[in-house]
Amino acid sequence: MASNEEILAGLAEIVNEETGLAPEAVELDKSFTEDLDIDSISMMTIVVNAEEKFGVRIPDEEVKNLKTVGDAVSFIANAQA
Amino acid sequence: MSAPTLKQAPLQENTRVMGVGAYRPSVIVTNEDVCQWIDSSDEWIRQRTGIITRHRAPADVSVIDMAEGASREALQKAGIEASELGAVIVSTVTHPYATPSAAASLADRLGATPAPAFDISAACAGYCYGIAQADALVRSGAAKYVLVVGAEKLSDVIDNTERTISFLLGDGAGAVVIGPSDTPGIGPSVWGSDGSKWDAIGMTHSMLDIRDFAAAGKRDTALSEGEAAVTEAALWPTLRQDGQTVFRWAVWEMAKVAQQALDAAGIKAEDLAAFIPHQANMRIIDEMAKKLKLPETVKVARDIAEAGNTSAASIPLATHRLLQENPELSGGLALQIGFGAGLVFGAQVIVLP
Repeated sequence: MASNEEILAGLAEIVNEETGLAPEAVELDKSFTEDLDIDSISMMTIVVNAEEKFGVRIPDEEVKNLKTVGDAVSFIANAQA
Repeated sequence: MSAPTLKQAPLQENTRVMGVGAYRPSVIVTNEDVCQWIDSSDEWIRQRTGIITRHRAPADVSVIDMAEGASREALQKAGIEASELGAVIVSTVTHPYATPSAAASLADRLGATPAPAFDISAACAGYCYGIAQADALVRSGAAKYVLVVGAEKLSDVIDNTERTISFLLGDGAGAVVIGPSDTPGIGPSVWGSDGSKWDAIGMTHSMLDIRDFAAAGKRDTALSEGEAAVTEAALWPTLRQDGQTVFRWAVWEMAKVAQQALDAAGIKAEDLAAFIPHQANMRIIDEMAKKLKLPETVKVARDIAEAGNTSAASIPLATHRLLQENPELSGGLALQIGFGAGLVFGAQVIVLP
């Protein structure tokens, strides 16, 4: 079971690999689209890689609810619980 | 009196791809052209899809015309006469007649009559489905040489103003001849379908809706749901996709299928000379290559930049370009995988001709 900090660090790594953004720019209150400028295709790539990394399932209809990095961290933490 | 012994066709152990042909239609549609129809930019399209241009066929060039162009080159490269063909298979979703098939007309034009000829409907997986069938036909002894063609005139089934798929699509045809071989040339096909995602890519409405819509004008009753769908969109059915669902399925599930095709062939990623996936979107291609952990020595086909997504034609077209630009790849191993509307998929490792 990963802690929220570990999930955030893991997500930051995935975002960095997909977009080249510095991992420290990936903060809980940052919006994927508005702050981090991540498009829908990149978002799906991040989702697929997060599923693999954290062993969770993130349904398509859930992806649009993941507006901020914090939303994604909470979803993954709940899905793992 | 002894009972007669039934004779069955002798089996053929190995098969191979003998030659590849391509037909790229003359009209070039640039991203600037596309931006007249949708609110977008060259940069946005390149970034999201990797597409710079697509080829489209003029009105007087049909699916069969393009198939013929590609087939003649494939036969010539394979060193086979059309009269030697034991079957002609055309994979297409844009031949505008439910019947008769494009393949029957193509076989006649090429001089392959009376070879059995039929079309298959497996969208962007159609070429790999065709290779699976051709390989089985040759190995079973049902045919010695089989022509497999992927031919599409997708420009006939798009709505230039919609944003999910139309701007990705191009026209074209690619063809190969499959025949017997002294050494293994086509690995086991890993192919399948998932009809639970039937709605993910497809036409806006059915042909029956068009018929019923036309009839509705002559009566007083309200429009049915199907008829209303026709009114709201346009009379002519066009393609749509749920891009996010398809992207995710393509990257995630198809990388697994590609790996299964490698395993079935007893091949490792580093043994490959080339990776030739269906040219759906550059980002899908890149992501699949990453998931398969392809070393940099493996040439990845990226015909999509110039040709767009040509559905069943994309893999043979991409193969043709790869061999033209890198003749040293001939004789090397290539992993090919098609996937698309159905949803359907097919993959195999082949020896490049």
